Amino acid sequence: MASRRDDPKTARASIALAGARGVTAAMLSDQPRRDVVRNTIFASLLLLAVAVALAGLAFLIGDSLIKGAPRLNIDLLTNGTSALPANAGLRSAIIGTVWIISFVALFIVPLGVGAAIFLEEYASKESRLARTVEVNIQNLAAVPSIIYGLLGLAFIARSPLNLGFVVLTASITLTLLVLPIVILVSREAIRSVPPSIREGSLALGATQWQTIRHQVLPAAIPGIATGVILALSRAIGETAPLIPLGAATFVTFDPSGPLSGYTALPLQIFDWVKQPQDEFQVLAAAGIIVMLVLLIAMNSFAIWLRNRYEQRW
Amino acid sequence: MSEVDAMTQDDSKPETEPVGGESPRAEHPTIAVKTQFQPGSAGDASEKEKVFELKDISVAYGGNPAVKDVSIDVYKHEVTALIGPSGCGKSTLIRTLNRMNDLVPSASVTGELLYHGEDLYGPTVDPVQVRKLIGMVFQKPNPFPKSVYENIAFGPKTLKMEGEMDEIVERALRRAALWDEVKDRLDDNAFGMSGGQQQRLCIARCLAVAPDVILMDEPCSALDPISTGKIEDLMMELKEEFSIVIVTHNMQQAARVSDRTAFLMVELDADEQSRWGRIVEYDDTQKIFTNPSDPRTEDYVSGKVG
Repeated sequence: MASRRDDPKTARASIALAGARGVTAAMLSDQPRRDVVRNTIFASLLLLAVAVALAGLAFLIGDSLIKGAPRLNIDLLTNGTSALPANAGLRSAIIGTVWIISFVALFIVPLGVGAAIFLEEYASKESRLARTVEVNIQNLAAVPSIIYGLLGLAFIARSPLNLGFVVLTASITLTLLVLPIVILVSREAIRSVPPSIREGSLALGATQWQTIRHQVLPAAIPGIATGVILALSRAIGETAPLIPLGAATFVTFDPSGPLSGYTALPLQIFDWVKQPQDEFQVLAAAGIIVMLVLLIAMNSFAIWLRNRYEQRW
Repeated sequence: MSEVDAMTQDDSKPETEPVGGESPRAEHPTIAVKTQFQPGSAGDASEKEKVFELKDISVAYGGNPAVKDVSIDVYKHEVTALIGPSGCGKSTLIRTLNRMNDLVPSASVTGELLYHGEDLYGPTVDPVQVRKLIGMVFQKPNPFPKSVYENIAFGPKTLKMEGEMDEIVERALRRAALWDEVKDRLDDNAFGMSGGQQQRLCIARCLAVAPDVILMDEPCSALDPISTGKIEDLMMELKEEFSIVIVTHNMQQAARVSDRTAFLMVELDADEQSRWGRIVEYDDTQKIFTNPSDPRTEDYVSGKVG
């Protein structure tokens, strides 16, 4: 190595310098052994937590795929209900679910977004009423879904609404069930629009409603849409509230409208699982795959929508 | 038509010549006092038409005073600057002028605020109508998350203004000295523009609804010196047509652009529990910066305190 100006001149100085460098290097590299062990253990525990969650899902998908594989074909989707496992399919259940969810979507968008706009833009933040409503919406989101089923049975299927055991009853009940989700997510989306945008609009002489309609809502739509899709996928998967609402598990017709009797995807699967014949277990596994694919597709779409269109401020 | 709309109708009196006939462009933005200043040019207040007359205006938030006993007159076709240290109520005061403070539920305004002789806080006055006539540009550029074109067109569309929208947009952008920079990307999102361009877009947006007064709340505090220079040039041009009130932290800016300056200071009550702003001196900008009557003004503008 070429001699530098500050290289030690004597052998003693060289040794001293080497020693000093060694000490520095040791200080920099030597992590206490205990710390290394702790870090490794902690990281492993976290990894384990993730692994347990993922393994559960993977096992469910894998098991269903293997068991349901023989019936995963187009007949599964196009065949109607049948007492013979070989002929049975999901058509009536899919049509029922589509009817129910269409009405849920129709109800939750105006109700959920309207409630969110009122709470965020109109209600005074300090008022006791607004705070009470706020707490209770969060409580509602945590109420078990079977309770909503009983509510639907008592007030919607029977008097005062007296709709009977039809698609609309299921739609209204599921709307009540997922409305808190839509309200919470929509409020979040509206709140994320900075106040400066509202001020800019109001300062031009726009009214409060014009400001909300033309500036706040358009900026919040990606977030709101994400919330609506997540709420709909929750509604699709709900089984419990539909059980007391008379969703027939064996319908020999296709649901034809809001006042038609019905069955739905999760209930059809539930029914098949209960059957003693092994062929129905295969059908149920195939049905689970269909539902999982549908739900994962919807949730992925919601995530994509959020990432793609959400406004960065 | 509301009362406020009607007020502008009697603006037909001959207007006083705007100050400073030659190009108002500031060549050296760092010079403290603008070079083309004509001594006494803004001084003869009696001939000037008053836009605002503030009489003992006090503003409080939930009982805590923010600014007290402000009595000043703001004149047409002038730039009026409000200067003073942080917390002296400059922003509160300027937001009183177009009733933006109404958006804060706890805010209360006492005293009398006349706009062309009409009580701006009168019982029949609609704050929405007030804001159509008295536009505002904010501290941080706040374009809408939309295209340049839509940013400008929103106001005129909302107010259902007459005329070809393309022309309204072009005229507003030209007057804000932004047209040449954005004419080829009117459909691009305004968030892609530089901060200075965004702020001029906000000024253009404000001009598009043809206001009478433009309020600017520290419009340059988030901008670099070059963008600041452009906006100051713009203000000098705009005051020929509009009346401008500007809040600024930057004393040089007040000296460069304004005709009249109000200096506010923070006052404390006896036990130092609450603080509010009060006007110390209000006069020609030249007088405030060269020969103020109050020693506190002198200390502030000369940089001894601040």
